Amino acid sequence: MDYEKIEKAARNRKRALNTVIYILLAVWALVVLFPFYWMILTSLKSYAAYNSEWVPQLITFSPTLQNYVDAFTAVPLGGYFVNTLIFTLATTAIMLVVTVLAAFAFSRLEFKGKNLVFTLFLSLMMIPSELVVITNYVTITDLDMRNTFLGLILPSVASVFYIYLLKENFSQIPDELYYAAKVDGTSDLRYLLKVMLPICKPTVITVTVLKVIECWNSYVWPRLVTDDQAYFLVSNGIQEIRENGFGRENIPAMMAAVVVISVPLIVLFLIFRKKIMAGVSRGGMKG
Amino acid sequence: MKNNNLKAWLYLLPAVLFLGFFLVYPLIDVLIYSFEEGYNYASQTYFGVGSYNFSYVLHDPYFLQALKNTFILVIITVPVSTALSMLISVALSSIQKLRNLFQTVYFLPYVTNTLAVGLVFMILFKQTPYSDGLVNTVLSWFGISAIDFISGPYWAKMLVLCIYTVWVVMPFKILILTGSLASVDEIYYNAAKVDGTSKWRIFRKITLPMISPTVFYLIITGFIGAFKAYSDAVALFGTDLNAAEMNTIVGYIYDMLYGTSGGYPSYASAAAIILFVIVLTITCINLLVSKKHVHY
Repeated sequence: MDYEKIEKAARNRKRALNTVIYILLAVWALVVLFPFYWMILTSLKSYAAYNSEWVPQLITFSPTLQNYVDAFTAVPLGGYFVNTLIFTLATTAIMLVVTVLAAFAFSRLEFKGKNLVFTLFLSLMMIPSELVVITNYVTITDLDMRNTFLGLILPSVASVFYIYLLKENFSQIPDELYYAAKVDGTSDLRYLLKVMLPICKPTVITVTVLKVIECWNSYVWPRLVTDDQAYFLVSNGIQEIRENGFGRENIPAMMAAVVVISVPLIVLFLIFRKKIMAGVSRGGMKG
Repeated sequence: MKNNNLKAWLYLLPAVLFLGFFLVYPLIDVLIYSFEEGYNYASQTYFGVGSYNFSYVLHDPYFLQALKNTFILVIITVPVSTALSMLISVALSSIQKLRNLFQTVYFLPYVTNTLAVGLVFMILFKQTPYSDGLVNTVLSWFGISAIDFISGPYWAKMLVLCIYTVWVVMPFKILILTGSLASVDEIYYNAAKVDGTSKWRIFRKITLPMISPTVFYLIITGFIGAFKAYSDAVALFGTDLNAAEMNTIVGYIYDMLYGTSGGYPSYASAAAIILFVIVLTITCINLLVSKKHVHY
């Protein structure tokens, strides 16, 4: 019968389609991963070897860590790193306190005009940062806070989206729990810290990690308010290194710096992969 | 009740202070700045009120260059990245093996530092006296002579900027699209299979209508994001974007505020408001179009 033939043809067609799909996916994976491979590879090549390659080599047989030593000694990469760490931790910590308190008020407490205020808050999400950065720059300059951590941190704290995300999660906690706590004479703040936060830990972690990524990568605001290298963050640092550090031609050392800057976030991503992706897909637009 | 009111506002106070001071007040202030003519930053004085700032910005060749660059970037990258992410997401949804691995890999560019990885793209494309660079080497296999993509002809620079921008925005789009594809109810596909519908027809008649709201969401956010392009360009061409002819509208705003031509918050404000109006107009057009084509 022809039946077998038809089935075989269908199977073959399916296999061919599958092969095409896997090839397509593999090609895109290559496009995504190649820059990472190239930066690690280049960072392991010695200065002399790199510059003698007229045709770039896809592999190196004499890897060296000298570039990493250079990255930390020839330019103040360690300083940029510490600055970014301070900036990221402080901003995220303050953001968490502000966000948790506001989300608690919106989800748990009753007050006049709550819905109106919440709508106003949400509408703030539509304000593009490009518009407000101008006045913030003037404000910080007037307050004499250029080249200070306060100047870097304060305007970076507020995030309406995270308040919204946390409020949604807080609202899912059943009221009964709150009333039970009230009967026991628990204060609101204690209830927030001892009951709500532990229950909503996953969302709190998501918000924290997203903010850390945002801080680590922030470039525009730090560039505006710092012109003293002692306060540069990694993004500005890498730009400074590109334009003035190492001498323009020392690409391997530059790539070592790039690797050092990229690794913390990639590690963070691999640990919190699911949470980050879930958080971003819930509306976390970049920028 | 009154006591409760006070308490609630106390909890809200930090957020209100931060948002009010760094988000609401600046929004109003930027409008005022944009209409104050001849504002002098040092003495905090201005001559009068009017639309001179806007006319200055609109006649500034640097701004026109930035406007042109941004529009080209938007027109190329939004369709390309949307179509490409659609293709990859559909492919990704049709496999079982290795799916998680691919998804993780594809998301990687989202968490990396735009400035840092931009440097890698720069050295991949750059032609130096010592080497033509990797991309040029590959091109030479096809008989194409070496081009300096970083400081060479305009179209070459624009091409690299577009490629890098697409590379950067893909993770977000793939993530959202695969999520949306996964949420389409299996029932529809099974019904179509019973009827012997072809794959392409299933995609056009079932999948696409079901995910059309997500696609339009991506197009709208894609437009907004592309209009605000800036760090990608800095990563590739350095901070002096005007010299590289690669400035963007946002870049122009920051240059006006600070940098080589800096110290003019009025011009910066006017440019920012022009940008905002453009983005708003495009978003409204998008919404109107989507009303017609989104299926539910």
